[in-house]
Parts: sequence; structure tokens; C-alpha cells
Amino acid sequence: MLSALVILLLIAGGLAWFYGNRNPNHARWIAVASLGCLLLFMIPLLSQALSSPLHYGAEISWLAYQQHEWIPRFGISFIMALDGLSLLLVLLTLLLGLIAVAASWNEITERVGFFYFNLLWSLAGVLGVFMALDLFLFFFFWEMMLIPMYFLIGIWGHEDRKYAAIKFFIFTQVSSLLMLVSMLALAYLHQQQTGQYSFSYFDLIGTGDQSEFGVWLMLGFFIAFVVKLPAFPFHTWLPDAHTQAPTGGSIILAGVLLKTGAYGLIRFLIPLFPDSLNYFAPYAMTIGVVGILYTAVVAFAQTDLKRLIAYTSISHMGFVLLGVYAWNELALQGAAMQMLTHGLSAAALFMIAGSIQHRIHTRNLNEMGGFWASVPRIGCITLFFAMASLGMPGLGNFVAEFLVLAGSFQVSVPMTLIATLGLVTAAVYSLIIIQKAFHGRQTDHHDMADFDHREMSAMAVMIIGLLWMGLYPQTFLDTLSPVFSQLNTLINLAGIKESGIEIASQSMERLL
Amino acid sequence: MNTSTLNSTEFFSLLPIILISVGLLALMMVIAIKRSAKMSFQITLATLAISFISLFIIQDLLPQQATPLLLIDSYGVFFMGLILITAMLLLPLCYDYWKHHNQIQDEFYLLYLISILGALVLISSSHFAAFFLGLELLSLPIIIMVGYPFFSHYSASMESATKYLILSAAASATLMFGVALIYSQYGTLEFIPLTDAIASQSHSPHTLVKVGTIMLLIGIAFKLSLVPFHLWTPDVYQGAPLPATAFLATISKGAVFALLLRFYLSSEVFLTESLVWSIAAIAIASMLVGNLLALFQESIKRLLAYSSIAHFGYLLVALLAISQSIGADIAIEAVAYYLVAYLLSTLAAFAVLMRLPGLKESTDAPRLDSLSGLFWSHPVLAAILTLAMLSLAGIPLTVGFIGKFYIFAAAVEESLWGILLIAIIGSGIGLFYYMRVILVMTYSVSHQDTETYLYPGQSGRVVLAIVALLTVWLGIYPAPLIELIREMTLVVF
Repeated sequence: MLSALVILLLIAGGLAWFYGNRNPNHARWIAVASLGCLLLFMIPLLSQALSSPLHYGAEISWLAYQQHEWIPRFGISFIMALDGLSLLLVLLTLLLGLIAVAASWNEITERVGFFYFNLLWSLAGVLGVFMALDLFLFFFFWEMMLIPMYFLIGIWGHEDRKYAAIKFFIFTQVSSLLMLVSMLALAYLHQQQTGQYSFSYFDLIGTGDQSEFGVWLMLGFFIAFVVKLPAFPFHTWLPDAHTQAPTGGSIILAGVLLKTGAYGLIRFLIPLFPDSLNYFAPYAMTIGVVGILYTAVVAFAQTDLKRLIAYTSISHMGFVLLGVYAWNELALQGAAMQMLTHGLSAAALFMIAGSIQHRIHTRNLNEMGGFWASVPRIGCITLFFAMASLGMPGLGNFVAEFLVLAGSFQVSVPMTLIATLGLVTAAVYSLIIIQKAFHGRQTDHHDMADFDHREMSAMAVMIIGLLWMGLYPQTFLDTLSPVFSQLNTLINLAGIKESGIEIASQSMERLL
Repeated sequence: MNTSTLNSTEFFSLLPIILISVGLLALMMVIAIKRSAKMSFQITLATLAISFISLFIIQDLLPQQATPLLLIDSYGVFFMGLILITAMLLLPLCYDYWKHHNQIQDEFYLLYLISILGALVLISSSHFAAFFLGLELLSLPIIIMVGYPFFSHYSASMESATKYLILSAAASATLMFGVALIYSQYGTLEFIPLTDAIASQSHSPHTLVKVGTIMLLIGIAFKLSLVPFHLWTPDVYQGAPLPATAFLATISKGAVFALLLRFYLSSEVFLTESLVWSIAAIAIASMLVGNLLALFQESIKRLLAYSSIAHFGYLLVALLAISQSIGADIAIEAVAYYLVAYLLSTLAAFAVLMRLPGLKESTDAPRLDSLSGLFWSHPVLAAILTLAMLSLAGIPLTVGFIGKFYIFAAAVEESLWGILLIAIIGSGIGLFYYMRVILVMTYSVSHQDTETYLYPGQSGRVVLAIVALLTVWLGIYPAPLIELIREMTLVVF
């Protein structure tokens, strides 16, 4: 059933390309219909997630579970599963997919069919990433989402698109090759212990710590995920990619693609290398905190609106890194919430930036000013999302960041204190957008059109989402909390199994 | 083994090779009576097909040592099948190409068949004499194919042919001398007894043997265009007509590597430390130099030439994984799978290039910029070329990814971390130029006067479809091929 989600999007993408060549509107409606159907299909699962999990697979409970043989030579099987975390991210992906379609509706006028083909295939890859529980399958989808995104940036992007597209691709691809090697090494370790290869998540949990090269293998995963996240020293591809991508591409990149990195950390890195929480957490948290502050300052200095928003994304993702490595219930829920809320708020900001660029053909903040008078709707909505991004109580981002800070406070007080400064800088860079673009001296862009119904309804959806997460986050926290307790159970189980083997082998030695 | 006479079973096991020879003679007769390109093409294709079918017939007899020269076993049958399939896929493309260029093309099919015969002999050789015979039978026709009369005003192919002839002869001479040195110590030319000869000597092999094996390696490295013996590759690739380039890149290299693997596995001569080190050095240099030089190429043929240098560097990594321990299973599988992947993706790339217009006019066509806008003028061709590039770059959904996965798995299993790192760096650099080809195809062409006319050809279209489907199918569902490879290649060693 889960693979059907991915396959449906792939088919819809093919159809969009085929029919889009004749009539561009067909491609658009195919994209809307496929994403809308999937969304309607997935929403009922949310209520199930809140009440009781459904299926049982490999000792723990999943909302849905699917497993087939695939490449027996390497113990690779096709395992897909859905739990609360995956479900929320899948919903986010589908929702932002719809919003990306809405944002591209008028902006993309050339090669429309191929555009929606790439958009849908990229989303299909992302869905796969959020549901795959076999390391090989995960890698498969991880790569599958990149090539369409490369096309989205490289074909429909702005002036420097070629450079940005290739940089994006090489950064993510080389880092993921490191991850591939780490995966292979884990599978080989498993083969040495049990006699056969396995790439199954359940077989490999906890095995990373048993290798003498464990640190290096962990770094392979870490770099791949952190490049995607992105965190401080590996973030340089992101401002280019986001700035040059078309609006729809930016929305998918910021809203969804970055979340795959964070998801990978939670779902794979920590469970595979639970011990890394002891020896690596301080470094990872430092990277996170440095990223929060450094990129916030850099964001402030930007004159390119999309570039500014791109840097704020990196800053917000620093909180996720902090929360993941604090690894307690509060911090993890905060990190997951941050993924959701940032998905919505960043997507909205990119959509606003895109629509401004579409109207006045520049992204330069210095050439903007006084927009409030001519386009009050855009102004109000931008203000709302700027407030969300600076962490105004009552909106989702506040809840997320508060939870992360509350959680990490229990782990490291100094880190938390420094990270809190990020809230101050967030206020600075969020307000600078409002100030430069909407206040001040009016520039000669009087004839700007305000948001139309299509854009307003897309914005309304995201506003409602942020308000929901800000005012009643319990829905999401309830969906997430069984996930984290399950993860911990899995890790503990693996630990017990392992120490059991150790004890057994020790007693064997004694006997001999 | 002094069996000078053949019994009937042994003779029968040579069926694929005999059938090709018969077809060759038939073709020669037909050409003598009536020169018809179409008929020659059909006879050649039929010969290849019959020979391929005969592989299934001899299946039950294996393995057979037919004369001391040739060993027909399932390993050989697998690679013969691979070469024959590649040849059958490449042939229609050549036919379309030559038909369009209004060339008298009968000789080309003759040369083609002779070369295939050489490839089959090479793959099944278990003796230095057969090895040399096969190698020369394989490469001499290629020299003529490279310089095949092309256009009256086009001298690049003649230059390439001369270059290839001289360097190839030098390489063969080196190889011969290496063989002679080995013979001077062991007194035999067979691969397998070589092992016994070494086993009987408790001390380390004589210096002459070491020098001999190194010279042997140089000869093979030349044929595989490994760094630093790669200098001929870009020029010959560029100057040769596309069918010859494709033949050189796929069949010739594939057959030589199949032999290298067999030799490596059956003769433990190769386990001397100096040799392993030199192979490691060659692998590293090939991966780095091939990928780096490919970065700056404007001609697609040159780009593919450098990329093939890098690919054989990756293949050597798998070879190194063999020498490290007794359990060589995964490395053999890796080589076999990677060769399949390489042949398929290279074939796909050349299949698209051969249909492109405008090759007649310039010497280094097709240039990279001549591809611009292909995505919008011919989406299907562009999609297939994209697939080929992704496969060469080793990106999932394509067969190339599984190949790379296999090589990495073999290297991890033997803990070759340093070389693995180089392979990753090489792949990273490789992405840049493969992606560049793809990106160029998406440029929008402002002036629509560029000729978007394609060469017609039904058979070429069928080949394109087959190759594209196989590339994706084996990339998504590799299990059957893996099973086949395990069944065919592992029993031997």
C-alpha cells in the first residue's frame, strides 16, 4: 500500500509530461489531482495515529507496514513503514507539493509538462525517503529525489542556475556516497557476525557501535545528513540553490528536502550508532549552535530577499540539530515540530519572495520599499510569517523552539543559553524584511498586483497550519510521542541483544 | 597436457567460435558474388544470433578443455554471451549509420565478425598463444575499422588508425616480450600450469618473471587504456567513425577485461606484491586522471574516452579486492556486473550519438554544444542519453548504480579504504561532467535554424528501446542478473 503512494506520483509525473506537451493546464491539473488525492487518502491515518497503531511488523507497531524480497544477494528487501513521524512528514510533503504547484501556476510557462514531471518525481523520492526502512531502499530514494531537483534548478532557475544546480548536486551526491560506503560497511559487519548481509533497519540498529571504525562510519552518515540539513560548515550550497531555484523548487527544497536530513538523523543515525550520543553530541550541538548564530548574522547582511530567507532556514535547522542530539522526549518533539513549522513558514516566505520577484523582476531588497501601501495583503501575510519565523508565541515556531530549548537545557546549559540568542537574531532578520520591503520610501513599483485567490488560499492553508501548531500542538505531540518511545525501545532492545551476546561469549570463554 | 587430438565433445564445445568462422566464410562468399549492404548486414546479424543460441546448446558439456589453447567453461560462456549480445545490439546501429553515409560497407561487417571471433577466442583462452592470437584477431580489424574510408576530405580517421596501429603494435610487442620472459623461467605457456610451476618453487618468483608479468600488464593496460598508457584513447576515439569508436569502447575493452580477470584468477603469478602495488597505482591514476581530464572536454567522444579510462580504473578496484584474500566471490560478481553496466550504458550513449545530425561536417563532432536543446527537440533521445549519463555516473534507478554498489561492496569487504576514498573522489568529479552533458541538453536554443533532423532507421530505434529498458530494469530489479552471474562465474574458481 505504501509503495502505491510513490508509484502513483511517478505515474502522475509521467502523465503530466506526456499531456503537458499538448496543453500545459493538463499537467497542472494532473499534479493537483494526484497530490490532492494522496493527501485526502493520508489524512484519515492521522486520526488512527492518535487512537491506536494498526499493524505489527518486526516487533513494534506501525501505522502501515510493507515488506518484499528485493535483492537477496545482499539481504536487501523492500521495507516501507509508516509511524507518526513519517506520517506527519508525508502530510507536510503532500501539502507543500500542492502549494508548490499553486506557486508555479503562473510562474512556469515554458516546458510545463516536464516541470511537473520533475516536481512530482522529486516528491515521490521524498515520500520514499520518509517511509523506507531498508538502508539500501532509503539510499535509493535519497538519490531519486535529487535528479529531478537538479533539473528544476538547472532549467527553470534564475540567472546563475547552472552553477547552482551543479553545486547542489555535487555537494549532496558526494556526501551521500560517503553514506553509501558506511551503509555497506554496516551490512558487511552484520555479515561477519551472522553470516549474511542485511540492509534491514531492524537488523542493523545498534550495530554501528560494535565496529572499531564506528566513529568513521557514523561520520559518513552524519556528513550526508548534515549537508542536506544543512548545518554550518556544509551549508554553502544552500543559499545558491535556494536563490536560483524557481519558486516551486525553493518551496520543495526548503519545506521538504531539508527535512530529509533531519529525519535521517532521527530515524537512522542515532539508532544505528546510539553510542554517538555520548561521544559526539557535544560536537554536533556545537555545530548546531554555531550555525544558528553565524547564519543568522549572515542572513541579516543579505540584500537578496531569497538569499536572506535561505540563510534563515539554515539558522532554524540549527535548532533541529541541537534538539536531535539532546535526545530526550522534549527536545525530539521540539525538533520534529521545528521540521513541520519551518516547512510551512519557510515555504510561505519563499512563495512570497517568488511572487514579489515575479511582479517586479528583482529580488534585491534595496530596490524594494513602501510596498505596504500598494499591496496590503502581501504585506500582512509577510508580517505574519515574519512573526512566525522570529518565534512569536501562539505560532508553531515558538512551540518548536521552546521545546528544543527546554529539552537541551537538561543536557547542556551553556549550549542552550547561546542558542537562545538565536531568538534575538531571528527577530532582527525577520523584521529587516518587513522594514526594507514594506516600509520606508515608496519605490516606483506602484502597479504591483496584490495576491489573488489562488495565492491567498495557499497562504491561508499555511497560516491555519501554523496557528494550529501554535495554539494546540497537542495533536502533533500525541502523534509523535509514541514514535520516540518506540525508537528508544528499539535501541534498548538492540543494546540488550548485543550485551547478551557479549555475556554469552564471555561465559563461553570462561568455560573454555 | 599433451592432448594434441581433439575428441568430438571437445570439438563440439567450440561451436560458438566455429559458427562465427563459418558465418565469416559465408559472408566473404556472398560479398564475392553480390555486394549488398543489406544482405551482408543480415548475414552478420544471423551469424551472431546463431552463435549466441549455440551457447545454450553447449551448456551441458561444460567445462571442456578443447586443445591446450582454449578452455570453454561457464565463465567463458557468460562473457561470450555478453559480448555477442553487445555485438548484436551494436550492429544495427552501425548499419543505420553507414547506410546514411552512403559508404560501401561490406568490409565493415567482415572486420566486425573477425573482431568478434577474436573476442571469443580471447575470452576462452587458457594459454598465452591463444591469448595473443585472440588479442591480435580482436585488435587488427579494429585498426582498419578506425581508419575505415570515411569521407574524402576527412583525414582524422586515417590519423587515428595510424596512431592506433603503431601504439598497438608497441603494446603487443611489450606483451610478447613479457610472455617470453615468463616462458624462459617456467618453460610453459599455459595459464594453469603456471600455478603449479610457482607452487613447486618455494622461494619467491624470479626477477625475470616479475618483469615479465609487469610487461604483460602494460600490454593489457594499453588495450584497456589505463593511465599512464591511455594517451592514444582520446585521439583515436575522436578520429574514428562512431561505429568504430563504439566497438572499441564496448566489445574490445569488455573482452580484454574478461580475459584479465580469468588470468588473474587462474594464475597466482599475479599475487606478487610488486604487481598488486602497480595495479593499485594504475587504478588510482586511472580514476583520477580519467575523471579530471574529462572535465574540460568539449567533444563528446573525447569525454566518453576519458570517462571509460575512469571506469576501467573502478573495475581494477574490484580486481584488487580479489588479490587480498581467498574469498573472491563478490569481486568476481562485481566485475561481471560492472562490465554489464558499463557496456549497456556506453552502448546507450553511442546509440544516441549515432542518430544525431551534423557529423559529416566537422572533425570533432559531436560537440557538447551540438546537444543543446535536445530535450525539447527530441525528448526521447535526450531522456535516453540522460539515462546513459546517469548510469555512467552511478545514480540509482540505473544499472550503473548497482555496478558501483557492487564495486564499493567488494572494496569494503576487503577494507580497501584508501582506494575506496579515491573512487569516491573520482565519482564526485565524474558527476560534474556527466551532469554537464545533461544540463547542456536542457538549454533552450534561441535560433531554431539548427538542423534537428535525425537519421532514419527502424532497427536503430529498436536497439535504443532495448538498451534503455535494460538500463532501467537491471537498475531496479538486479536480482535475476545477479543470480545468473553467480551461477555462471563462481563455479569455475
